[in-house]
Amino acid sequence: MTSALLYAFIGIAIFSIGLYSLILHAHWLRKILALNVMGSDVFLLLIALANRTSNGLPDPVPHAMVLTGIVVAVSATGLALAIARRLFAMTGQTSFTDQTIE
Amino acid sequence: MITAPVNTTTRFVRIALGLLITSLALALGWAVWTLPLNHAGLRDVVQAEVPRSGADNPVTAVLLNFRGYDTLLEVGLLLIALLGTWALPRSQGEIAHETPGPVFTAFARLLAPPMVLVAAYLTWVGAYAPGGAFQGAAVLGAIGVLLLLIYRQRTLHVFGRTPGWALRLLTGIGFVIFLGVALLGLITGGRLLEYPPELTGGLFLVIELMLTLSIAVILVALFPGGPHPETFSSTLPLTGKETR
Repeated sequence: MTSALLYAFIGIAIFSIGLYSLILHAHWLRKILALNVMGSDVFLLLIALANRTSNGLPDPVPHAMVLTGIVVAVSATGLALAIARRLFAMTGQTSFTDQTIE
Repeated sequence: MITAPVNTTTRFVRIALGLLITSLALALGWAVWTLPLNHAGLRDVVQAEVPRSGADNPVTAVLLNFRGYDTLLEVGLLLIALLGTWALPRSQGEIAHETPGPVFTAFARLLAPPMVLVAAYLTWVGAYAPGGAFQGAAVLGAIGVLLLLIYRQRTLHVFGRTPGWALRLLTGIGFVIFLGVALLGLITGGRLLEYPPELTGGLFLVIELMLTLSIAVILVALFPGGPHPETFSSTLPLTGKETR
């Protein structure tokens, strides 16, 4: 059990919580937040797995992928929020369902 | 969770979903557990090629050289997200014009100049230490958002007074320069994203600086989430409140 594995397991655990929320909650904001949580944990998992090396120097390839991924996730979230706000302005609703599960 | 009346079907769905996701988490955990420890991945390959890549920092070398295609497309993705936001029509009366508090205003003004320095340092240091265009742009974009929050009561939209072409130029220039350099390799007889070895250092500097600028402007422009400001000002007359 190394610290890399510990971080990877934490990433998987929080990823699962995010997935649970994404499926269960109908509210768009909750879905966007859940997707963000899941994305962050994929990054955490990648960084953790990049650090499984013996001499402490991590694998730079996952680092580069996470680096660009974070900025792309931020911009995709911005687009999602803009669309959600526009949909709310058009329909007055905050989800696609009749909100039996909030 | 709101304490709405939860019927048995909903409870069943929740339990079933919880069980399914727990098994998924266990499967993922098992997959991670069985991965070989002390596995260097592509590190040694990258380390061997870094001296020829034009950047001393392995992450920057991967970002701009070994996986340049990936980075190029991700910058394009940023641009597409911004275009998607700009394509949305404006609905009236959405933005609340709250006056920022004096503490926030003073703090943001105090913070902005050192943050510009930090952004410049982060971008510059990317050549040989952790840092680079994306980190620098994130800090620079944060300044833009801070300033936007301060001056929101005066400008209805980000870059409300910036000519439309300047905004388009700033957001697009990073991708265009990167694509141009990528095509340069193709034109001079090599492959896409194949840099001439003697020029890589200088080319990387140009790409990094332009990317920093572009990504920062894209991040700030995404923040208000409306259409392109020029579209807005030409379709809706400004009311007295916004123009002051």
